[in-house]
Amino acid sequence: MPRADSRLRINQQDGITLIEFVDRNILDEANIQQIGEEIGELIDAAVPPQILISFSNVDHLSSAALGTLITIHNRVKSKSGKLRLANIDPQILEVFVITKLNTLFEIHDSTDSAIASFK
Amino acid sequence: MSRGDTDPARSVSAQLSDVPDEIRDFEDRFVEAAGKAGYEQASCFALRLAMEEATRNAFRHGHADLPDEPIDVAYDITPEIVTITVRDHGPGFDPTELPDPTAPENLARPHGRGVMLIRAYMTDVRFNDTGNEVTMTYRKPD
Repeated sequence: MPRADSRLRINQQDGITLIEFVDRNILDEANIQQIGEEIGELIDAAVPPQILISFSNVDHLSSAALGTLITIHNRVKSKSGKLRLANIDPQILEVFVITKLNTLFEIHDSTDSAIASFK
Repeated sequence: MSRGDTDPARSVSAQLSDVPDEIRDFEDRFVEAAGKAGYEQASCFALRLAMEEATRNAFRHGHADLPDEPIDVAYDITPEIVTITVRDHGPGFDPTELPDPTAPENLARPHGRGVMLIRAYMTDVRFNDTGNEVTMTYRKPD
């Protein structure tokens, strides 16, 4: 069950957990921590986890948010799951490129492309 | 162009506490002031990121043992250059000793990207000798 104060919109589709962010700015540490905890619970609930995170609503993120995404990546990997990122604004994608995290994450242009990649 | 009474100040020196709403309001005023001074959206993205990373580092690292103490933040926005100074009251650190977060062995580590992002987005970044104050300048792109 999503939390009443959830920072996420969550949908399930064909064994894939689709996650969108409520907030346009993923900067605030308390929110980032909550996001990490919520996605962690979703990872633990799925066997194996197939997680798709869409950034379609996101204008800003910080290195703290990147850190949480890395922790999510490591957690999914430890459960032999799959993680995909999609719909990343070009400015935010540049942050991934500068930090070379575009080589760590599998990033797709669209939700459809990301969903297809799970098959 | 005259500025209205509600325009946020372009030169600010303040103490900032580790309170999320306070930090967000401060950053919002800063970015709004930059936008009204003629900085485009891409510049405002860079400025917000640098301000966020520098203040976060000051609280998380500089004030790790001073959780209730505010940090000192100042900015000055001119039509061509934005200068930001963030100072904490901690012992400082040596920025030359930070590990490269893009090295393959560090890529999956969740921390250590803040200073790198500041350097990537700002025109010039300087730390004082103690390492508890960073001054960042951003020149408006031509």
